[in-house]
Amino acid sequence: MRNVEFRIWRGDGKGGDFRTYTTGIDDGMVVLDAVHKIQAEQANDLAVRWNCKAGKCGSCSAEINGLPRLMCMTRMNSLPLDEPVTIEPMHSFPPIKDLVTDVSWNYEVKKRIKPFKPRKPDAADGTWRMQQADVDRVQEFRKCIECFLCQDVCHVLREHTKHDEFIGPRFFVYTAALEMHPLDTEDRVPDLKETDGIGYCNITTCCRQVCPEHITITENAIIPLKERVVDRYFDPLTRLFRMFK
Amino acid sequence: MPDVKTYSYDVLVIGAGGAGLRAAIEAANSGVRTGVICKSLLGKAHTVMAEGGMAAAMANVDDRDNWRVHFSDTMRGGQYLNNWRMAELHAREAPDRARELEAWGALFDRTSDGRILQRNFGGHRYPRLAHVGDRTGLEMIRTLQDHGIHQGMDVHMECTVLSILMDGGRVAGAFGYERNNGEFVIWKAKAIVMATGGVGRAFKITSNSWEYSGDGQSLAYRAGADLMDMEFVQFHPTGMVWPPSVRGILVTEGVRGEGGILKNKDGHRFMFDDIPDLYKNQTSDSEEEGWRYVQGDKSARRPPELLTRDHVARCINREVKAGRGSPHGGVFLDIAWIKKYIPKAEDHIRKKLPSMYHQFKELAGIDITREPMEVGPTTHYIMGGIRVDGDSQMSTVPGLFAAGEVAAGLHGANRLGGNSLSDLLVFGKRAGEYAAEFARKNGQGAVDNGQVEAERARALAPLERGASGENPYAIQYELQEKMQELVGIVRVESEMKEAIEVVGRLKERAERAGVAGSRIYNGGWHAAMDLRNLLTVSEAIARCAVLRQESRGAQFREDFQSKDPEWAKYNLITRQDGGGMTVEKRPIPPMPDELKQIIEEMK
Repeated sequence: MRNVEFRIWRGDGKGGDFRTYTTGIDDGMVVLDAVHKIQAEQANDLAVRWNCKAGKCGSCSAEINGLPRLMCMTRMNSLPLDEPVTIEPMHSFPPIKDLVTDVSWNYEVKKRIKPFKPRKPDAADGTWRMQQADVDRVQEFRKCIECFLCQDVCHVLREHTKHDEFIGPRFFVYTAALEMHPLDTEDRVPDLKETDGIGYCNITTCCRQVCPEHITITENAIIPLKERVVDRYFDPLTRLFRMFK
Repeated sequence: MPDVKTYSYDVLVIGAGGAGLRAAIEAANSGVRTGVICKSLLGKAHTVMAEGGMAAAMANVDDRDNWRVHFSDTMRGGQYLNNWRMAELHAREAPDRARELEAWGALFDRTSDGRILQRNFGGHRYPRLAHVGDRTGLEMIRTLQDHGIHQGMDVHMECTVLSILMDGGRVAGAFGYERNNGEFVIWKAKAIVMATGGVGRAFKITSNSWEYSGDGQSLAYRAGADLMDMEFVQFHPTGMVWPPSVRGILVTEGVRGEGGILKNKDGHRFMFDDIPDLYKNQTSDSEEEGWRYVQGDKSARRPPELLTRDHVARCINREVKAGRGSPHGGVFLDIAWIKKYIPKAEDHIRKKLPSMYHQFKELAGIDITREPMEVGPTTHYIMGGIRVDGDSQMSTVPGLFAAGEVAAGLHGANRLGGNSLSDLLVFGKRAGEYAAEFARKNGQGAVDNGQVEAERARALAPLERGASGENPYAIQYELQEKMQELVGIVRVESEMKEAIEVVGRLKERAERAGVAGSRIYNGGWHAAMDLRNLLTVSEAIARCAVLRQESRGAQFREDFQSKDPEWAKYNLITRQDGGGMTVEKRPIPPMPDELKQIIEEMK
């Protein structure tokens, strides 16, 4: 057990500041354990969102020493403990209180994306046939735990607050999962260009770097979607072809 | 009423895990106004933690499987205390529910001919679990969520329900608050589906999240509903044991389904030492045969690691108590050993068990493709809960339905792995359907303002007491310690009676709980509000466990170590009587001959 100093942002929509807490750290503890200990012993009303404590639900997203991370998957011994550990809420979303932010925008965005529309069943009993290899690609995207850390780190949202014109990496992954789903028949390419703002993404790969599920967001999801948009709208040959169709 | 928001629905679903979402989809699709209350954000419910898969006798991998085998496996696993009608419906309907998920976009792992792949699991005679690696629960909740948001239901995220509002003997709605701002809400409803999950937070070592505080069981109990079989709490045999902060986090049974074996500190595979008579015919007696089974050899019998959870948990407990455990008080679970049989075992393990690989690597610094994991029992699931009608899922209170873990019946004295995800879908659908029907036939009950006022005052009391009141976390921790110690895997009357006394004292302290700060997302206030539910279910568990003087399924009594045929005839019913809690025996209704015959045939 050693004592570690924490700087935790306390406040709400009207403003706030960092407050310092010192607590004892045991072997193997993660940041969320320390926050819970502080909450139970020193700051009962500290607001923190969490559920599974195993990196599976994506609730405890925050910024630890400036990096977007899950508090439950950040081990204390991976941080420099001689200096204070700084914990603050995600910056891309409005603060509610302390470490909890209002992420409701994400739920509204998802609702706008055209839902899954399967082709007719392949077999008489109403079921489909798919090969594992075709499923693998989409299963990577479906690992997403909706922690919204990719949304938090994305400068289009974080610095430029383009929330009205840009759906963010999470929803490009979601769209990619639908577009590349072996059974899906819907067309979301026009929306990607017109309403989802895929053009704003300049593939800095920040989202991929913070993804706790290690989804290759930029290369496997966003770039293929950009290619679909480019193929349809900006490829000179296709445009020519369309003119004569 | 001032400062209380009101919403109005035909069907109100409380809880947004697999069962709640499936119920809401069914209700909304039938055309009634449907609201869903989530305690957390949408899509974060405990269903995401389910790993291994969903049991459904689709016979995609082994064509000998069918609903009759699944039914008899479920009854055997539950030691015949199950609601046999639910076990029958579940086995018959699970395949359709699995295929329906695929139609809504779920992507299960595939067989070589392109159908849904199924894996082996404890207590299931044939490979039966549809799965996605070891993150099946996430796939399921995301599928339901992404489908559900387009079905026209209202979702109320991060709300806690404090009370079911009653109009005489039937439901009229629910009263609670929004975490975001602490504002009170009345949700009027003609019918309510309770789908709030389990009670794991009453114990110290648990695989369950903070949400699992027995809300649904306790709310229903206070509304006058019967609870049933509350003594049966499942301790999953394999939770993480080290480091201390992750103690209890689940290690999927899928590890054993893929060939993982349990060893004590001497390297001895102790599960071969004790195989119950009920399972002797179905269990392999050599390492070689067990391996052939997990590789799909139809002539082989399953390895002893895939015996039912109650038994495996007790064997682990025995090894640890006898001083043959691992350094941190568990035993070893080894999947790396399969490299003896298959080339490129490392890749195979990472592909089949990706989130286990990830979890051990990041939280314990262990590479499971090379080293064994340390595991031990963890509180995982409650078989008991709200007593419901098998077909409609209605409780003993008119208009109050229940589905999923919060309901009792399907699993009897012990649940088989994989039967939970299928339970959520089969009975979530049924609850939604019958709740909608109830709402169409019945008007809106009147909200009793006196009840609302009393609940409101009760909720505000801890904030009024402020920091000088009892620390709610301290009360919660003490309850968890005591339940773990006194009503855990091995039970004895004197300890459980002590637990009942402890609960009584903690109830008094909970009445004096206080928290500083405002109503906006106040963790301490939320903890104080959950205490009443945790204490109610803890008392019910202890009282039932004392009364059942035998060892059966998940309940092991040191003072009554064997099964008693007399006790096989009863479920235990808990209900509120005046201010106190009563527990009584209720004879299990006789099983129809057709089902009896299936069980005979499958012996």
